[in-house]
Amino acid sequence: MEWIFFLAFGLVAAVAAVAMVLQRSPIYSALYLILALFAQAGLYILLGAELIAAVHIIVYAGAIMVLFLFVIMLLDLGRTDRSPARVKPVGVIVGTVLAGLLLAELAVGVGPQIVLGPRGAYDPEVLRTVGNTRAVGRILFREYLIPFELTSLILLTAMVGAMVLAKRKVE
Amino acid sequence: MMMEFLLATVLKIALVMGLVLLAVAYLTWLERKVIGDMQVRFGPSRVGPFGLLQPIADAIKLMFKEDIIPAHADRVIFLLAPALTLVPALIIFAVIPFGPSFVITDVNIGLLYVFAVASLGVYGIVLAGWASNSKYALLGGLRSSAQMVSYELSLALSVIGVVMWTGSLSLVEIVEGQAGSWYGIVPRWNIFPQFFGFLIFLVSSNAELNRAPFDLAEAETELVAGYHTEYSSMKFALFFMAEYANMIAAGALAATLFLGGWQGPFLPPVIWFLLKVFAFIFLFVWLRATLPRFRYDQLMRFGWKVLLPAALANVMVTAALLA
Repeated sequence: MEWIFFLAFGLVAAVAAVAMVLQRSPIYSALYLILALFAQAGLYILLGAELIAAVHIIVYAGAIMVLFLFVIMLLDLGRTDRSPARVKPVGVIVGTVLAGLLLAELAVGVGPQIVLGPRGAYDPEVLRTVGNTRAVGRILFREYLIPFELTSLILLTAMVGAMVLAKRKVE
Repeated sequence: MMMEFLLATVLKIALVMGLVLLAVAYLTWLERKVIGDMQVRFGPSRVGPFGLLQPIADAIKLMFKEDIIPAHADRVIFLLAPALTLVPALIIFAVIPFGPSFVITDVNIGLLYVFAVASLGVYGIVLAGWASNSKYALLGGLRSSAQMVSYELSLALSVIGVVMWTGSLSLVEIVEGQAGSWYGIVPRWNIFPQFFGFLIFLVSSNAELNRAPFDLAEAETELVAGYHTEYSSMKFALFFMAEYANMIAAGALAATLFLGGWQGPFLPPVIWFLLKVFAFIFLFVWLRATLPRFRYDQLMRFGWKVLLPAALANVMVTAALLA
């Protein structure tokens, strides 16, 4: 049962990701990216990480991608022609070689772990008893409290910085 | 075992969806009747007794109307947008508990699921506005997406207090946490400890629904009809249905989070739940009949400078009380 869902979500994610790159219209690219994000959230759910899946959708699909679409529409970038991108043969060759190299590096560097991965303390059985949100909260606020607070500080600084940069001077 | 589970789930989904869609149809009748009464008119009265067959007549009319797609519209997205608006509105009901054991699925992150799904409603609107290739539709779509993104923040923050109070994100557990009463008379509903959260939730959910006084997206006096200007026949009806389905969902969520869901004495739980939802729906209709529309800058200022700080303060005060 799980297998079918895994294959379906994985396939949709991969196809949508490729389609996103191949689209010429930014709007369609954005829509394919959203589809890929959804399929990825499905994979998280299969792994027993419902909290991550929900947060993933809320933050990326619900907020960031809406802003992307917003900007695309405000700048009116959407109406380029929708014929598939013309690719030069040189580009295809260079791209294939680079992708192959990357894959080989991954295979050598990570080995069979790339499929299986090491098993952590919080496998689906443990999560079922502790509860997803509780587990994440506990780890964040006990083991990783200082990195967590530092991250939020960096985010706050970035936000203030963005506001200062974006704010035009009013005479 | 597997078959039984599947069958029971499918039956539950069919029942809930049937109920919601029927309620959507008759909400149009209710809204026209109530607003008619408030404006000293009759409202629909010709089709059937008390105009009760009006929604059916409307549905038949909408199905047989000519379906127009504007000449330079983006056909794929133009067709996709109404569905993208209606589907999130309907799948919210998957986690809403209608009674003690009547919920389609009890997800342990139920509330986050609701917000994840609700945040997708924007796409239908913004894409409809863009794909129509019309100035009015685009302006309406951009306006409403800006509005929905702004008010989503205070909406999500307003319920954090409830989550902290209950200690759970599961809607079933939130309802169960509101069982019993204080001093034997006051029910243990979250509305009492979380009254400010409740007010913020009510205002921002009304804004999320794009309903008066927050219906800037379809301000007919300036934007023709907003994002669905170019839509006709059943595709237009889908937007309409989405608005009403969202209204029911907002009412159901408010009842679940703040009014104890299906909890209540004497009457069966499902009846209690439906009564509470109905009260909220009536309130939304009432607000529409009473209040004039905001100006756009007022709307944005209110959302960011009043509601959001108030919601943040509510979270802080709740945390201080619980600590």
